[in-house]
Amino acid sequence: MHAITVKDLHKNYGEVEALKGINLTVEEGEIFGLIGPDGAGKTSLIRILTSLLFASSGESSVLGLDPAKDHKKLRSVIGYMPGRFSLYQDLTVEENLTLFASLFETTIEENYHLIKDIYGQIEPFKTRRAGALSGGMKQKLALSCAMIHKPEILFLDEPTTGVDPVSRKEFWEMLRKLNDEGLTIFVSTPYMDEANQCNRIALIQEGQIMGVDTPEHITNQFDRPLYAISGTNKFGMMQALKEFEHAHSVFSFGSVIHYSDNRGSIATKEIKDFLQKQGFEDCSIEETQPGIEDTFMALMTAHD
Amino acid sequence: MKRFLAFVQKEVYHILRDKRTLLILFGMPVVMILLFGYAITTEIRDAKIAILDHARDENTQQLKDKILASTYFLLTKELNNEQEIAEVFKDGKTKVVVVFEPNFGKKLQTESSANVQLIADASDPNTANTLVNYLQAIVADYMMEINQNANIPYQISMESRMWYNPELKGVYYFVPGLIAILLMLISAMMTSISIAREKELGTMEVLLTSPMRSGQIIIAKVVPYVILSLVDAVIILLLGKYVFEVPILGSLPLLFMEVLIFILLALSLGILISTVAATQQTALLLSLMALMLPTILLSGFIFPIENMPPPLRVMSNIIPARWFIVIVKSIMLKGSGLDILWQETVILCGFILFFIALSIKKFKIRLE
Repeated sequence: MHAITVKDLHKNYGEVEALKGINLTVEEGEIFGLIGPDGAGKTSLIRILTSLLFASSGESSVLGLDPAKDHKKLRSVIGYMPGRFSLYQDLTVEENLTLFASLFETTIEENYHLIKDIYGQIEPFKTRRAGALSGGMKQKLALSCAMIHKPEILFLDEPTTGVDPVSRKEFWEMLRKLNDEGLTIFVSTPYMDEANQCNRIALIQEGQIMGVDTPEHITNQFDRPLYAISGTNKFGMMQALKEFEHAHSVFSFGSVIHYSDNRGSIATKEIKDFLQKQGFEDCSIEETQPGIEDTFMALMTAHD
Repeated sequence: MKRFLAFVQKEVYHILRDKRTLLILFGMPVVMILLFGYAITTEIRDAKIAILDHARDENTQQLKDKILASTYFLLTKELNNEQEIAEVFKDGKTKVVVVFEPNFGKKLQTESSANVQLIADASDPNTANTLVNYLQAIVADYMMEINQNANIPYQISMESRMWYNPELKGVYYFVPGLIAILLMLISAMMTSISIAREKELGTMEVLLTSPMRSGQIIIAKVVPYVILSLVDAVIILLLGKYVFEVPILGSLPLLFMEVLIFILLALSLGILISTVAATQQTALLLSLMALMLPTILLSGFIFPIENMPPPLRVMSNIIPARWFIVIVKSIMLKGSGLDILWQETVILCGFILFFIALSIKKFKIRLE
């Protein structure tokens, strides 16, 4: 049985079409990543699957239950961590956790083993009010609260947004550990670099899934050689390259420019000469490995 | 049950840890009743008057003494001519000018009739009216006195007694109304805000994905407010009884039963508001506009319902506080029982059923 199946799912907010026919399946025991920019429809999809929203049309099932009809049963077997910090800021760490344990009619002691690794890190601050915690600690508390009732599947909506890089790394380690124990995890994120942490990912853009596969396969879809170009006037060079007759794609990637040519493999010198002729003297160019971002950008452009 | 209690406990923590909520809950009743009781009063005391006496004879002196001997009036100035009337009104302090015509006493004796003119500052119409009435009563009284020896064939003498509030104390009138307003404020406004807060801060999202039923969430949320509202009702009643000596003649259990019914009504209204308000601010504004203003203006608390234009009089029927104020006044001041007040009580219960049915229909177990 699949943990999640979604068939031709649509969601409209009045005139706005947030989801335009989503199809995907999530296997039991995998970490499934939903990768896409803000406004792509990630939160809408998660809220439909967690029974918080009705879909406009289409089918979905979570652990064999229909979120629209069996929401009572479903709500006791899923764990959900919304994108915004949604715990009580005026309650202490321990009070929050006790409350959520009680809501699911369990106790901290009963399921302590599930959250020991996570909660253990914030336990020294258990008398502190949740509102006074740092971003990383808030995430750990929220995860503890979402896990305290031993859910069979965990939904995380952009869990690492607004969290420092060290805490992000730690957070993913915790997810891996939970996953190792058999928990199915459905996580959305706008960060491409987190995609590699997932077993499988779906790229979502403007309410449509553009590809579902393992991170490696997604990356391999990028079938052209890719070149990284760096120089002092990055913006000027990008403008120039976009005018280049053989340019296939030109994207800014951190401090460098990712360039691919519509003739496939080319001599780097040709590009360099072109740029120098345009007045960009100090530029360097070398071949590089495509990442998920590149695939994503390519898919997005192809889609447009 | 454990789940329910844990939720109630959480709600209590919210209330106790928020200083502003606490201040509204316990500071407001005390401040409001002291304000209404001491400062905002409709009773007349030491109203400032000026006198323009063109006659200055025995009769006018007697009448002046009589007016000033009462506790109602205080003389600011004896005027000398008509021009000064406008001047004393302009400084705003003098409310009435009493003018005696020239040869007042002489005319009274020779023509059996003389004129007194009362000029009131009607920029505050209610006060002007009351003061003129008082003055007329004093003049009429004086007339009786000087007529004692004369032979007048027919005479009706009036003697009025004010039942249930012999001293015409304003606070008798305000305490029942204040209970209604404060319970409305605390029960309806605070619950609607507290539910809206869960929506606004996103905690409702997490609560909804838990197995806790929405009905349980709502009930657990209102339980602390029921208790707090009762405590507030007791505070108001105690202050009314021991500071302002407002009597409670009727049965105390009946009074509390009615108070509890009104609290439940206010809570159901609060829940109804929270089903439509997505943020705390909307909830606050809705409560103020939809509950507080009509409760204050149309319930008969400040403006008598009998004096309202017909459309507003009809509207006042759908203001729950209107019925509650009648109930509380009757129990406290007249000692009425349920045999007289059952109609109003049934109306209140009807309101509760209506609002709860409406909220259940409107409450969403999802985010939309």
